[in-house]
Amino acid sequence: MSKTSFNELRLVGVSRTFDESVALSNLSLTIANGEFIALLGPSGCGKSTALNCIAGLLSQTSGSIFLDGKRIDSLPPERRGFGMVFQNYALFPHLTVRNNIAFGLKIRRTKKAEVRKRVDAALALVRLQPHADKFPAQLSGGQQQRVAIARAVVLEPQVVLMDEPLSNLDAKLRNEMRGEIRKLHKTLGLTSIYVTHDQEEAMSLADRVVVMHDGVVQQVGTPEDVYLQPANAFVADFMGYRNLLQMTLKKSSTKAGAITSEKIKLSSSNLAAKTTNGAVTVAIRPDDFTVKATRGNQIRTIISSVEYQGKDFGVEATCEDGTQLFIRTEEKLKIGQKVTFGVKPERVLVFPQKKSPSHVG
Amino acid sequence: MASLATPPEVQVKTKWKISKSPSSWLVWGAVIFFFINLVGVIGTVVVSSFGTEWFDGWLPAGWTLSFYQTAWHDYQVAELLKVTLKVAGAVVLIAILVGTPAAYALARRDFPGKRIVMLCFLLPIMLPPITFGIPLATFIYKLNLGGTLLGVIIANLVPAIPFVILVLTPFIEQIDPRIESAARICGANTWQIFWRILAPLIVPGLLAAALLVLVQTVALFELTYLVSGPTSTTLVVALYYAVFASGIRPYQAISAMAVFYMLSTLFILIVALRFVSPTQLVSRVRNTSEEKN
Amino acid sequence: MSAKTQSREFSSTRRFWLKEHGIDSTLLLIVPALLAMLVFFVYPTVYGTILSFHPANKAGFLENYKTFFGDPYMRKSIFNTFRIALPVSLVNVCLAVPVAVKMRHRVKGQRAINTILIIPISLGTVLIAEGLYAYLSPNGWFNRTLMAAHIIHAPLQMLHNFWGVMISLIISGFPFAFLLTLSYISGINPKMEEAASILGAGPIQRFRFVTLPLLAPGLAITFCLNFVLAFSVFPSANLLGNPSGDSHVLAVAATDVISQSYDYSMASAISLITAVCEITVVVLVFAIRSRFYTGSTTGGKG
Repeated sequence: MSKTSFNELRLVGVSRTFDESVALSNLSLTIANGEFIALLGPSGCGKSTALNCIAGLLSQTSGSIFLDGKRIDSLPPERRGFGMVFQNYALFPHLTVRNNIAFGLKIRRTKKAEVRKRVDAALALVRLQPHADKFPAQLSGGQQQRVAIARAVVLEPQVVLMDEPLSNLDAKLRNEMRGEIRKLHKTLGLTSIYVTHDQEEAMSLADRVVVMHDGVVQQVGTPEDVYLQPANAFVADFMGYRNLLQMTLKKSSTKAGAITSEKIKLSSSNLAAKTTNGAVTVAIRPDDFTVKATRGNQIRTIISSVEYQGKDFGVEATCEDGTQLFIRTEEKLKIGQKVTFGVKPERVLVFPQKKSPSHVG
Repeated sequence: MASLATPPEVQVKTKWKISKSPSSWLVWGAVIFFFINLVGVIGTVVVSSFGTEWFDGWLPAGWTLSFYQTAWHDYQVAELLKVTLKVAGAVVLIAILVGTPAAYALARRDFPGKRIVMLCFLLPIMLPPITFGIPLATFIYKLNLGGTLLGVIIANLVPAIPFVILVLTPFIEQIDPRIESAARICGANTWQIFWRILAPLIVPGLLAAALLVLVQTVALFELTYLVSGPTSTTLVVALYYAVFASGIRPYQAISAMAVFYMLSTLFILIVALRFVSPTQLVSRVRNTSEEKN
Repeated sequence: MSAKTQSREFSSTRRFWLKEHGIDSTLLLIVPALLAMLVFFVYPTVYGTILSFHPANKAGFLENYKTFFGDPYMRKSIFNTFRIALPVSLVNVCLAVPVAVKMRHRVKGQRAINTILIIPISLGTVLIAEGLYAYLSPNGWFNRTLMAAHIIHAPLQMLHNFWGVMISLIISGFPFAFLLTLSYISGINPKMEEAASILGAGPIQRFRFVTLPLLAPGLAITFCLNFVLAFSVFPSANLLGNPSGDSHVLAVAATDVISQSYDYSMASAISLITAVCEITVVVLVFAIRSRFYTGSTTGGKG
């Protein structure tokens, strides 16, 4: 269904400042046809600014955007031929579902029969045929969401932009819609750029994840890359490495070394690039710990809280120097119990100190 | 959210680009034309009030302040100002005292017949004052209040009370009723809820309503014209009589009188605009009319 | 079950019913305001209506209306009123829309512009009329400027006719229409236009298919309020128009009756006719308005 007439969308050094503050700094990214890209980051990280620049709703302060060889950054949004799903859907309240979806086709003076055919197909695609003649206000959040998606894809756009489209739905519906979006992307062969602050959403949908912070790209990579090998302490924190410890490093090679604090001694074989001896940030995921370790890295603790989480337990443990650790384990531990936890050296991630997130890729 | 930070500045940027299109020039041209004429109208009044004689030419033949003296004495401006202030003050006070509780009840309760009550408050604003002004004047004369200060105050209250209600109802509606519930759970009684919770929250709305009523009352002509007598004439009605009976006094004196009126109106307006936005001065009917449908 | 408990049960369900329907002591707060309206608005209006059917000369109860509609000079005042009020309201709304569209996003100096626009509204029709009287006179600045610019050779006659009244109502009505339209237009979610532009709509199409339909209900109200304003034109009609000729509008007719013959019965009849005319137009406009979308203009759930 989709017109796949381009090879790549290329952003070169796209920046945007508001008055004095930099919302987006030097974003360079090449997106291949058919790719699903997620822009991921906390509020105010510049991900929506980036999307609006691509859409043309916002003019960038510097940089350029190319669609294959053609520079498109000075085109108004109506001439870029992209589709967009807005955060609050931005459905036209005065038009029925059918007319909302037909809007773009009518603007393009498509023949009536053709409009009808394509709108029907789009309605079928999002399973909204019974609601075709309702107004947006009469639909539930999930249905409105599907209208917004149908309205964006009925034009067979080259690129579909999605700005936190699921953030207004409840948890169950969100999971359901996530699956549908992924399916649509595949079946229609779309190229999608998806903005979200939810790392789980980003990882489950995207081919590549772009993690952003303070307007700067922190890491670009596959979901596995970003999850297992975050580029810096910020990304690690954002990806769920809940244990961030300030320790001291003594390197033994470029990739390995011993890290110590007052009472904890660990060895790591996973040093990030440019890590130097001295103060470092150590990141360990809660589920990378093993219970009752007898060899390798050992951390002696007393269990201070246990939280039942269905499949496993969320455990808080206090080290001898008072450091709090967060651990996930299937083992049933008791409060007050003395437990020694272990962790593999390759799952002890060491970064230069977190204070200034370095600019990577 | 990042998107929150974006809109305002963005649009200034894009607007700037668009504002160079021919249609923009046309619109701005029209606005400037309007302003020039407005300045011309007001300027004419001001200039002529300072002039000795102005029959021909761009400006008067000479300049003088004497017509201000004439106007001040002949039209008894001091007396008019006093009456205007008395009327406006009383109207604002009564309208707020009567209108605020009603606005609260209308904002918080849905009851059978609410639409009829709303209509009752809406009609005095939706109808041209002259249509209900004449029966009202008849009634006020019947009560032997015609020409008295009280009669003028009553006539002005008819649009002023609905006005307060229409300004305050949406204002109170947007105060979360759960705040009151929370206070009640914390052990506050109705009286305490009113003074400690509601009153501080309503103050900005009250101020806006009071100022809007003030601006309106000072400029309200038709109703005052129909019920006022020699001792209860407000500034604007006196100005009308002065202009209507032009020929009795020199035009410059009438202009001077108009300047007195203008100064007092502008003074109130400037004070009002420190607390309310210009759009608020006109858009009060909007919310309630929306509700009707 | 005894009768006593039954009645107690009944009274408690009744209290419950009342509470469910929002009837409790809070409603007492409306009483003073409602009373004031009943005594000083509803009663006089009803009284005036009845009075209008009891002519001063004790003739038949329709006498006042017969007189009014029998007298071509009186009858024409309806036409005169519409001839001024309709075009003025239309012009004001039509001028207000493009200006409001241009200014819908925060423009530099927006507040200053709004403040200047509010001045003619708060000055009121009397002062505007007074100023226009000199400004538009053959020797006034307006004609002088046009002649100096060689646009005209003889002064335009704009006083004591239709145009003087028209201009005065534009000066006080346009700012009103503009500020109202502006507040309606800024109530439209800007995302609507963004969505339309992403879907390929250019500026004109965005206005035609998105902004205008969403604005239409607001414009209907703006038109009505302007119409109401223009319907009670009598200071401007008396001072700038030709009150015994084509500016003999309903308001002038009514006030003339009072000031000349103190015939409150006849005056009430005329004000009733005015109200009926005005309400007819408002109802008509609202009937047309109901054909448009009238819901929220924010779009989606937001």
